[in-house]
Amino acid sequence: MTSDGKFGVIGKPLQKVDAVAKVTGRAIYADDMLLPRTLHCRILRSPHPHARILSIDTSAARRIPGVQAVITGADLPIKFGILPVTQDERALEHEKVRYVGDPIAAVAAIDEEIAAAACDAISVEYEVLEPVMSIDEALAAPKDERIQDYGGPHNIHKLVALEFGDVEAGFAQADHVREDVFFFQGNTHLPMEQHSAIATYVDGRITLWSSTQVVHYVHRALSKVLELPMSRIRVIGAAHGGGFGGKTDPFAHEIIVCKLAMLTGRPVKCTLTREEVFYAHRGRHPVLMWVRTGVTRDGLITAMHFRTALDGGAYGSYGVASTFYTGALQTVTYDIPAYRFEGCRVFTNKPPCGPKRGHGTPQPRFALELHLEKIAHDLGIDPVDLKRRNFVMPHTRTVNWMRVTSCGLEECTERVMTASGYAHRDKRPGHGMGFAISSYLSGAGTAIYWNDMPHSEVQIKVDRGGVTAYCGAMDIGQGSDSVLATIVAEELGLQPADVRLVTADTDTTPIDLGSYSSRVTFMAGNAAIEAARKMRGMLIEAVAAKMKCDAAAVEVAGGRIGDFSFQEASVLAEGRFGTLISAGSYTPPKLAGPYKGSGVGPSPAYSYSACVVDLEADARTGLVKVNRIWIAHDVGRAINPLLVEGQVEGSVYMGLGEALMEEQAFRKGLHKWPSMLEYKSPTFLDMPEVETFIVETVDPEGPYGAKEAGQGPLLPVPPAVCSAVYDALGVWIDEVPVTPEKIVEALRRRAKGEPARFGPARFPSIPYPTAIKVEPPPREMDRAATSSI
Amino acid sequence: MKQEVLRDVERVVLKLDVNGERTELLLPVHKTLLEVLREDMQLTGTKHGCELGECGTCTVLVDGRPELSCLVLPIQVEGHAITTVEGMADGAVLHPLQQAFAELGAAQCGYCTPGILLSAKSLLETTPRPSRDEIREALAGNLCRCTGYSKILDAVELAAGRMT
Repeated sequence: MTSDGKFGVIGKPLQKVDAVAKVTGRAIYADDMLLPRTLHCRILRSPHPHARILSIDTSAARRIPGVQAVITGADLPIKFGILPVTQDERALEHEKVRYVGDPIAAVAAIDEEIAAAACDAISVEYEVLEPVMSIDEALAAPKDERIQDYGGPHNIHKLVALEFGDVEAGFAQADHVREDVFFFQGNTHLPMEQHSAIATYVDGRITLWSSTQVVHYVHRALSKVLELPMSRIRVIGAAHGGGFGGKTDPFAHEIIVCKLAMLTGRPVKCTLTREEVFYAHRGRHPVLMWVRTGVTRDGLITAMHFRTALDGGAYGSYGVASTFYTGALQTVTYDIPAYRFEGCRVFTNKPPCGPKRGHGTPQPRFALELHLEKIAHDLGIDPVDLKRRNFVMPHTRTVNWMRVTSCGLEECTERVMTASGYAHRDKRPGHGMGFAISSYLSGAGTAIYWNDMPHSEVQIKVDRGGVTAYCGAMDIGQGSDSVLATIVAEELGLQPADVRLVTADTDTTPIDLGSYSSRVTFMAGNAAIEAARKMRGMLIEAVAAKMKCDAAAVEVAGGRIGDFSFQEASVLAEGRFGTLISAGSYTPPKLAGPYKGSGVGPSPAYSYSACVVDLEADARTGLVKVNRIWIAHDVGRAINPLLVEGQVEGSVYMGLGEALMEEQAFRKGLHKWPSMLEYKSPTFLDMPEVETFIVETVDPEGPYGAKEAGQGPLLPVPPAVCSAVYDALGVWIDEVPVTPEKIVEALRRRAKGEPARFGPARFPSIPYPTAIKVEPPPREMDRAATSSI
Repeated sequence: MKQEVLRDVERVVLKLDVNGERTELLLPVHKTLLEVLREDMQLTGTKHGCELGECGTCTVLVDGRPELSCLVLPIQVEGHAITTVEGMADGAVLHPLQQAFAELGAAQCGYCTPGILLSAKSLLETTPRPSRDEIREALAGNLCRCTGYSKILDAVELAAGRMT
């Protein structure tokens, strides 16, 4: 930034720093790597959704020429898992399998075909158990045995119940109370790149290159399962072919290739097939939701009671956090003075669910937005108007202690309302428009596991006129490397291309918790600013001494520091201070409220989005054609507007896929459509034009005021689609995906005089514990909201 | 028995013309063009997403027309001109499509990018100034999970404008 406050590179639509590598095919993804003498690994997986393993015979497999090693669960018995409270996975299972696809044995061979043949030659004897395939079945007593040996009763994994403020009193004040039930079907990330990992073991040290979103968590899991100190393991993030949350857990294949490399003394690679990727999953939880809200005659919310039931699949994964997330952010968009949340996650014999873009929040957002829409219709108030009357205000605390700082909800709404002409829309049968809003975290306020380290650290080295920035952050395509380079360049008066980057390598970069929860720009960005400002201070001091002037008079811009080029200044500073290194770190403020479970939901800042969808819905066929989508996103400040638009458009696309077609569904434990053709996702022909508006509220704590961009804009799309379908045809589709069959069925029901609706009929009886009562934060905290508790 | 079957594969000598370079290779007959490009010729710019012809990621050009290299056997394309993403740039000078994709952020994770670039290149050779709908139609066989397709459409339009 220059002395007159103008930015040099922040806010400019600059090309990504890795753009040329990406468009020339020269970026090296994990499966592109082939070290000399690499062995290929295939994994034998369970064909049964639920079974005990009685025996595993690998002798025939071992006899096949070209097979170098065969391992089973006995070789990797230590359990791991992303959350400290749910260490329930094994890289290879030798006692019991819990979903079709659970890994049982692995082979390293000289080529992939031999490895696959060896997997076929392994014989496993099973005692097949009755599978548990739905939320209802999981809530009932198991026919054979429970899926996991923790949690309960029956196949319940986790129960939570929290109450903020006096909910009964809130309902007593209401003029109108409404209840609704909604269902959000599960779906998967479908990254274009299949998961892939390649490991070597030399001189007692493991090196793993992997397609992961978080090198640090893989590093931790490897250390635990392989029983090696972290200093003997190096994890490097290869060029990344798409994550969306699906590569955030440590995976069995990552551990397996390391173990096989240790046993064979050769590099070992494993790339999952597309079918295996569908079963690896960790995607969107199917969530059944019940919501009851009290409102005044004017539509002001007096109390809300929200219940969720999550179909978690066979393992814990991020599930405990996902469960809390289904209740955490309702209050961050609407002012809810009294709020009760009851959540439940169950185990079923399906691939484990975990975090997908929006982690645990698109489902309740869908329910909440449609529920308020229905309340507005009950009261005869315009839905947009009713929602606006309840918007949270900037710099407030929510009833569940979430700290809201900058909030552009009103401006976002104004932008999409004006651009779309929603208020004056063409009201003809078959045409509809729908509106919805959302909010998302700019990084989770607490780490996955308890530790005192900063959430992100950046180191900067300057020598011979060159700048290198080191950070553990992983660029998964969203452009986090470009953001880091842009921030360092801004502070040092350079261009992003002048900054060399070393990222996502546990040997050479300091800690960063990785690419999830939209945390990188906010956290690594703040760490980069701190490190870069220290470096800038040294350069300025050396130049000021040489110029015999005050440091304040030294301008840093355009590749120059005062009277000197950057290169000359760096030589002066190196002469004055010795080796030029600096470091910065970021730890989010302690924002969690005074209750158990308060660690999920707090974030140093929330993004806000508003969306309008315009579509045609055919009453005869049920087919929906989306004409146009308007989306406004409060990103705080766009470090690079080109990248922000890319994140917003990508989020809208993914939200539209979830709204209209994407579905992770199973029949007898088998995925119904584990292929890219049958698992429907939007193509070029399905995607409408998207009009994007970037709203800048300049957050007090974000780097240059920036907040998140990559997840929040997904959330309003599914409810806006359903609201538009109602606008077009007068029927409510209370579950996604909104398929033609559901629309036709809802119309048929209406014609028969039944409720004009398709959706879940009821919410099951769940043994939630008595809610923990939490006092809302003191009102005076509202004004002091930018300070931490 | 299995191992003998596996090892006893028929191999053929093929001359492949890839990116203007003619290479003679000894290949198992069943190996796909995708595998040969990536594993035998180190042309890892061609990616794979499904290996079933469903996602478009492995698209290459054969005599200028897009083909899914995971569904093509090298023996089918002997004597034909194969173009991969490595053959798009003129030395260090990017093809206008590559340049436009870089400038407009049309590549996020970049994994689908080579296939989309080649499909777009084929389109612009037959239709130099395509409409937005014509671009959609031509690229409909290429999936992308990152971009929402908007920036890709913009980039193809920009490149088309610059090339004509």
